[in-house]
Amino acid sequence: MNLVTREALHSFRRARTLSALSVTTIAFALFVTGLFGLVALNLHGAIRQIAERVQVVAFIKRDTPSQQISAAMTDIGVFPEVLTVEYVSETQALERAQRELTEFREVYQDLEVNPLPPSIELSLKPQFRDATHAAAVAERLRGFDFVEEVKFGQDWVQRLDSLRDIAGLVGLAIGLAFALVSIVIIGVTIRITVLQRAREIHIMRLVGATDWFVRGPFLLEGAIKGFLGGSAALILCGSVFAAFRAQRIGLGVGLRFFTPGEGTLLLLFGVLLGFGGSLVSVGRHLRQV
Amino acid sequence: MIRFSKVTKRYPTGTDAALDDVSFHIGRGEFVFLTGHSGAGKTTILKLMFAEERPTSGDVRVSGFGIGTLKRDEVPRLRRRLGIIFQDFRLLEGRTAAENIAFALEVTGSRAEVIPRRVARVLEQVGLANKADALPRELSGGEQQRVAIARALVNDPPVLLADEPTGNLDERATRGVFQLLCDINTAGTVVVMATHDLDLVRHANKRTLEMRDGRVVFDSISDATESW
Repeated sequence: MNLVTREALHSFRRARTLSALSVTTIAFALFVTGLFGLVALNLHGAIRQIAERVQVVAFIKRDTPSQQISAAMTDIGVFPEVLTVEYVSETQALERAQRELTEFREVYQDLEVNPLPPSIELSLKPQFRDATHAAAVAERLRGFDFVEEVKFGQDWVQRLDSLRDIAGLVGLAIGLAFALVSIVIIGVTIRITVLQRAREIHIMRLVGATDWFVRGPFLLEGAIKGFLGGSAALILCGSVFAAFRAQRIGLGVGLRFFTPGEGTLLLLFGVLLGFGGSLVSVGRHLRQV
Repeated sequence: MIRFSKVTKRYPTGTDAALDDVSFHIGRGEFVFLTGHSGAGKTTILKLMFAEERPTSGDVRVSGFGIGTLKRDEVPRLRRRLGIIFQDFRLLEGRTAAENIAFALEVTGSRAEVIPRRVARVLEQVGLANKADALPRELSGGEQQRVAIARALVNDPPVLLADEPTGNLDERATRGVFQLLCDINTAGTVVVMATHDLDLVRHANKRTLEMRDGRVVFDSISDATESW
């Protein structure tokens, strides 16, 4: 075992209480950040699901030749914003209305003439599911002479845009605040460790150790503490998530936990905080002595 | 080996100079006492020698290193050519005598296979071969200082700096530690020892630099003295 690893482990053994305290502090700081991350991820997922319903519908004049519609659909399909293009005939529109609008089922059954026009329904690519792009696509569709009317639910798409903006801003602000608080708490914890070992650092420097040699064990120790704290935070987040879902209050449906990649990211964040915190704390201490 | 030329040192918080226009030279193989009352400048001289402090003006040269212009990353190279001991021993409490000494070799990048042999050699040299596995708290003051001396010697430095090494020891331990320093000096190492133990200085018959208010007021090998 090399000296850096041995010294880092030695420090864990000698200052068990302080090491445990450091890991616990890192764990709770990352736990809070992780919980917020979970909420943000699920909120983002929910907004994305709602955004999937953004649809631009072009109602077509009756008796438009099917060749003209087919040609137009090919043109529309290459719009950069468009994901899918679907033609809905009058019959299909009526069947759908009878199926989905159950309260009007009888009214639709008694009709002698189908009042619903045929239409072309467009879904947009994820990055274009907002009011501005939907309006631009609608405007282009109005340019086709067989198009009678275009709708895309302008009001609710605009509300969705606002919700997305607010959620993004609030998420960023709170996320940054949590991350900053974590960094400060972890930095202070590591600073205490460095001060506790100031005598050892002093002796190392007296006998001719280079600054990087002095830093080595602290950096490894910080990274290990970050990893342990991150693992504990992940377990805590998992427990809270499982408990929340077990409540079966309906809100749990459709919620998701971190993917393995996201979990690894939280762990890496912990390692980075431990490593970076140690680097800054020891560096500051070395500049003062 | 060590040369101070017109060295002045002022600390940022102090009004008077800690050292005021100090010049002296210490050659190979010398044993030199630094004496004087508290605050006379003894420790400042030692700190300048191991680059814990830098001169405000003048030139300090130790083992070929110019302290005034020494870069931070060159300080470890200087310190590997010095052994340094203190009144309070500065041992690592949680490590045995042998581990404290080995630590000095490890942090300076010595190969693992040579460390046990070199530790055993210096423990033998300071008369503590049978205390290798003792923790500092299990050793007397004199023994702890011997461990500190062993740690200072283990890298075979040409210069040993000792800041009041007998200040915490009884008379018998003082004699033992002093004799050990004399033996080290006889083997060729320059020893610079700050002390206010005038009895020790009088009986030792070694070169003495006496400090007062930041100035060298007496040098026993020089006829030139100031205000004496």
